[in-house]
Amino acid sequence: MQGRLALSDGTVFLGQSFGSEVTTSGEVVFNTGMVGYPESLTDPSYFGQILSLTYPLQGNYGVPKRQFWESKKIQVKGLIVQNYIENPSHFESKKTLGEWLKQEKIPALQGIDTRALTAKLREHGVMLGRIELESSSKNKELSIYDPNSENMLPYVSCDKVEVYGDGRKNIVLIDCGVKENIVRSLVKRGVKVTKVPWDFNPITSGIEFDGVFISNGPGDPKQAKETVGNVRKILKKNIPIFGICLGSQILSLAAGGNTYKLKYGHRGQNQPVLDQTRKIAIQTAQNHGFAVDMKSLGRDWSEWFINLNDGTNEGIKHQTKPFMAVQFHPEANPGPFDGGYLFDEFIKCLK
Amino acid sequence: MKKILILGSGALKIGEAGEFDYSGSQALKALKEESVEAVLINPNIATIQTSKSLANKIYFLPVTPYFVTKVIEKEKPDGIFLSFGGQTALNCGLALDKKDIFKKYGVKVLGTPIRSIEVTEDRELFAKALSKIAVKVPKGGFAKTVKEAEEIAENLGFPLLVRSGFSLGGLGSGVVSNKEDLVKMVSITLKHVPQITVEEYLKHWKEIEYEVVRDNNGNKITVCNMENLDPMGVHTGESIVVAPSQTLNNYQYHFLRRLSLQVIEHLGILGECNIQFALNPRNNDYRVIEVNARLSRSSALASKATGYPLAYIAAKIALGYNLPNLKNRITLSTSAFFEPALDYIVVKIPRWDLQKFVGAYEAIGSEMKSVGEVMAIGRSFPEALQKAIRMLEIGQDGLSNGVDSSTLLPTSQRLFSIAKEFSKGEGVEKIYQETGIDPWFLHQIKEMAEFEDSLQPSAFSPLRQSFSEASNQTIAKAKKLGFSDRVIAKAFNTTEEQVRKFRKKHGIIPKVKHIDTLAAEFPAKTNYLYLTYHGEESEANIKSLKSPKLLKDQAIVLGSGPYSIGSSVEFDWCCVTAAQTLRQRGLETIIINCNPETVSTDYDLADKLYFEELTFERVSDIYDIEKGSLVLGFGGQVPNNLALKCYKAGYKIIGTSPISIDRAEDRHKFSKILDKLNIEQPAWMSLKSLGDALEFARKIGYPVLIRPSYVLSGSAMNVAYSSSELKKYLKQAADILSEHPVVISKFVEGAKEIEIDGVGVNGNLLIYAISEHVENAGVHSGDATLVLPPQKLYLETVRQIKEATKKILRELKICGPFNIQFIAKDNEIKVIELNLRASRSFPFVSKVTGYNLVEMATKVMLGEDIQGDFKTIDLDYVAVKAPQFSFNRIKGADPRLRVEMSSTGEVACFGDDLEEGYLKALLATGFKMPKKSVFLGLGGEKNKLDFLESAKLLFGLGFKIYATEHTHQFLKQHRISSIRVYKISEKKHPSVLDLLKAGHIDLAINISVGGSSKGETDGFVIRRHCIDLGIPLITNLQAAELLVSSLSSKKIADLQIKSWDEYVIP
Repeated sequence: MQGRLALSDGTVFLGQSFGSEVTTSGEVVFNTGMVGYPESLTDPSYFGQILSLTYPLQGNYGVPKRQFWESKKIQVKGLIVQNYIENPSHFESKKTLGEWLKQEKIPALQGIDTRALTAKLREHGVMLGRIELESSSKNKELSIYDPNSENMLPYVSCDKVEVYGDGRKNIVLIDCGVKENIVRSLVKRGVKVTKVPWDFNPITSGIEFDGVFISNGPGDPKQAKETVGNVRKILKKNIPIFGICLGSQILSLAAGGNTYKLKYGHRGQNQPVLDQTRKIAIQTAQNHGFAVDMKSLGRDWSEWFINLNDGTNEGIKHQTKPFMAVQFHPEANPGPFDGGYLFDEFIKCLK
Repeated sequence: MKKILILGSGALKIGEAGEFDYSGSQALKALKEESVEAVLINPNIATIQTSKSLANKIYFLPVTPYFVTKVIEKEKPDGIFLSFGGQTALNCGLALDKKDIFKKYGVKVLGTPIRSIEVTEDRELFAKALSKIAVKVPKGGFAKTVKEAEEIAENLGFPLLVRSGFSLGGLGSGVVSNKEDLVKMVSITLKHVPQITVEEYLKHWKEIEYEVVRDNNGNKITVCNMENLDPMGVHTGESIVVAPSQTLNNYQYHFLRRLSLQVIEHLGILGECNIQFALNPRNNDYRVIEVNARLSRSSALASKATGYPLAYIAAKIALGYNLPNLKNRITLSTSAFFEPALDYIVVKIPRWDLQKFVGAYEAIGSEMKSVGEVMAIGRSFPEALQKAIRMLEIGQDGLSNGVDSSTLLPTSQRLFSIAKEFSKGEGVEKIYQETGIDPWFLHQIKEMAEFEDSLQPSAFSPLRQSFSEASNQTIAKAKKLGFSDRVIAKAFNTTEEQVRKFRKKHGIIPKVKHIDTLAAEFPAKTNYLYLTYHGEESEANIKSLKSPKLLKDQAIVLGSGPYSIGSSVEFDWCCVTAAQTLRQRGLETIIINCNPETVSTDYDLADKLYFEELTFERVSDIYDIEKGSLVLGFGGQVPNNLALKCYKAGYKIIGTSPISIDRAEDRHKFSKILDKLNIEQPAWMSLKSLGDALEFARKIGYPVLIRPSYVLSGSAMNVAYSSSELKKYLKQAADILSEHPVVISKFVEGAKEIEIDGVGVNGNLLIYAISEHVENAGVHSGDATLVLPPQKLYLETVRQIKEATKKILRELKICGPFNIQFIAKDNEIKVIELNLRASRSFPFVSKVTGYNLVEMATKVMLGEDIQGDFKTIDLDYVAVKAPQFSFNRIKGADPRLRVEMSSTGEVACFGDDLEEGYLKALLATGFKMPKKSVFLGLGGEKNKLDFLESAKLLFGLGFKIYATEHTHQFLKQHRISSIRVYKISEKKHPSVLDLLKAGHIDLAINISVGGSSKGETDGFVIRRHCIDLGIPLITNLQAAELLVSSLSSKKIADLQIKSWDEYVIP
């Protein structure tokens, strides 16, 4: 079936449907990773977004079973690719990408000039857009959903406290839409993880904990007011904190800093960052449109990581206290594992 | 570091080809930027790296420990680069280190330390090193003797893989499935190397490679990963390869990536390296197969596939830079410490020329046999695959016309056999079981085959419709699947031209996309382009790339396509030189080429690079976009073949008119011209039946030269000495005889062959250089040893050649490069060939005479006025160009020189006289100086008599001479003592074979009589054994004579260590 991707600036791309035949709308974003569509599709950071993958062949290795996903369902609102591969090949494949999208009622288009789309999104910043299908042309709703207009954390966070692992140290993980590999990465290192909802205040909860982890998640950090407030309280207690992606932005806001929207967001698995303390550079996976404004933070914060491409902030660290955060994804999935050592560094900080 | 010595890789050979011109050139570029004085040793005169602009000093000398030591003594460099000249440079470096030469002269080895190189080169050390970090390597063991190999085999069971360390391209490797094969292979391989491995054969495991870079601070990246379509067992150089990997999921991709980083950190690589993995398709089990601690063929491919200049960056790291401080050379703003994100798929296919060899085995495997490769870029696998097939220039228009084969074992034709199987209805599973090619690839090949079948004229096909009714969608889909207009035209019974018209009318045209290393994430001003049907729009800034001052004219230079026997790096030198000249003249210069081993496909060489097919269709597509003038005269025969078509299509072409090119290429037209000009040519005729051929041959007398006009595999050029031979050769081509006539011409025996290379200006001779062949006519000009200036030509012959050349130039109004081949006998000359394009010998004559003929030709083609008197005959030195053969790679092939070309590369060296130049050149091709003993096998009375003087010299030099019966008797009659050995057919001992195997013979001179079949089986076995055992072999009488006179007049110490500029003052 024919379908189209209509962008808010009026641009239309024609393609063919290979997912669920429903109309959808959302913020259109891209990712340049060459592998990892099951991980990306289930990454809650993409909640509310239509994801376009720049690598032109997708679906190559099918879809693995649930335990390899980053959350329990597909989080994107739609998927855009150049060429969909309907005959996947992989020993872990349980179904095709198309079957999975259909099961989860997510529309997807192929045959789209994803390179032209990427260039457009890059220049305009992210744009809103709609996926429309031939059959759905009758019930045309003209509104486009804008995920930035609201706080999305309630949609992607857990609704109750969940505990993983059984280590001696307990880490409270504030779930702003956490990727499951963050939990796996911590548990693997022998700590207990207590996952709490985005607006949960661990200090008043009575839970005993040794450190706090603020997860990745979707949207503008300034929408996550409750979380920022809670983190501010934790900071006052000098409890070790580590943030990833949105978590880094939330930590900065809580520390009195500011965040801003990047002209060109970082969306791929090949983002080079420099660890300023170790003087070593690593490749990282990234998926963010907002960044921490280093100048807005106080002198007691140092710039831990910077992006080697555009010099933007990629991580912050308190000069004296165990507060730290990175803008990239050391948990990988998808992407390189180079930043894995950061989990060890954090765990070392736990008293 | 003020002065750095860099070692090149010498002649192109199978397993070590043009990629090292690319890597060496990039390294030199990096040195130039740092204002470091660069001294280069490379006898490969056809390379770009040995051009004037890149290195400060160039030595056309063998890359061997002896000569490199001499150059070090003389130049006293501060440092040395070993990793840019392939295995040749690396091995030479290791040998020098063992002799403590670097220590003695205070030369620092830059880049990866020697110790690390040794670990990667010695499989035993390597396995030990990796086990320390718990990284898996194939199970198996190391053997120094056949017995040890047998013991390992007993433990592991068959099938097994035998591999040798210290190799290039897997020489002496292969799968063995029983004890007998094991013993055979191991005993041969152990002749070449001290040790081999015998290991588990990872049948049908995936083969995956990563290109890794590590800097002085330990920062590491993988620039590219690649997946071999052919599973383990087929050498990566023989395999179809895609980038990035297609069937690996995120975990596997990054798991192997992490292992790569871990391994190179542990090994302490500094710069670039390649790491190969085997990956079990049924689980995530893996093995590290090997690490190449140097730039390699894969790294050249990765550079072109990603736009990341690996060799340049490796050189910068060797000079002390670190990745985070270097910039991405494409974006010029982002960091070089990044891993390119591709938004396209790259397909590499090797190019084989096995049909050029007599007796070569067809199977491919763990040893390299291919002579070149192409790389195609597309946005779907079918699109890229079919592009690549056409790029090969093997007469295949795509997957179509599949080869029917009962076997799906790996051969150069397997891809086509698979397509045929699918077209016959075979399923993916069955083909997978047989080939181990991942179903991901097979499903798509199946789709292509089935789609093409649906296009075939057939009343039952639902898609079948007349061309005018053909739906846009069908054509659009065909284009997305990579089908050419020609294939579509055939299916619809129309012409390529009509299909093109139809497409353009319906807007089905390919779009231009950029290669920018980052999938459009950031804006990048790149000029690295490809075309695709998977896109709605061409990149917006394509026109704005032109800098305003260059807005005047555009020139499109067509490259030479894949390296093959007969078309190699020399044409890349011509194209690069032409492009540079055009650019200097202010033209916006565009290059089209598809060979990842070239310098012409470096994106910074021209204003724009289209990494594309050199087919008429694609050139037309690009011409439609770019307009401008086509430059067809420098890429060899591939662009030359397009001249008339492009001319008829109305495209502007600079240089000699394509009408003239056609008059030169068409044998009938050219022959008439020669008759008209009163220039002699060997009698010839184009014939359609065996009877006519026999009659004509009888009339002109044997021997005759047979040239099929339609080159089928196996039916190449041949010389027939009798009617029975003529029958035999023509029978091979019998089916095609009626449609494609065969050309038979008089073969003149005992004639000298002479080439003239030059440049014409509007029909006048501007400059020329005359080279003479050492070997008499009958050896292909590409296999001949060339001497410049000529040493044995009569002045009268030279005068006649000039005269004839001038007449031809005038008649064809030649304006640009040309090459004419003559034969001369008894002061009479005959023309045998004219090429209205730059020839193979252009770089040689340019660099030897000091006049850049390509530069001059380019200027002339632009209409510039050049005048002058150019001294090209009376030179104070002699340069000798010698062929490089790769017979050791082509199992079963007869190494005898013939009219069909079989050399894969060339070298050229200078000397004060012919002998000095010849010895140096011979040594540069890997020839080992004989020390004690020579085997002589001289067929026929004439050869014996002709060689007599040389035999006396050899004897006088104190060589022990071995000879078979007749030669022995003959020598005895002339009071030359020799030791008689038995022929193999005599079945007595010691036979020649015994002596060869025992290592008693340092040099074999085996001259057979043309056309003799009697005893040739013996001759073949001797020649083949020389190749397999690495014993120097000479099969041509004139070459043998020159060798002996050189040996008698020069010792190795007499060979002077002089750089290019000490000979040639440009």
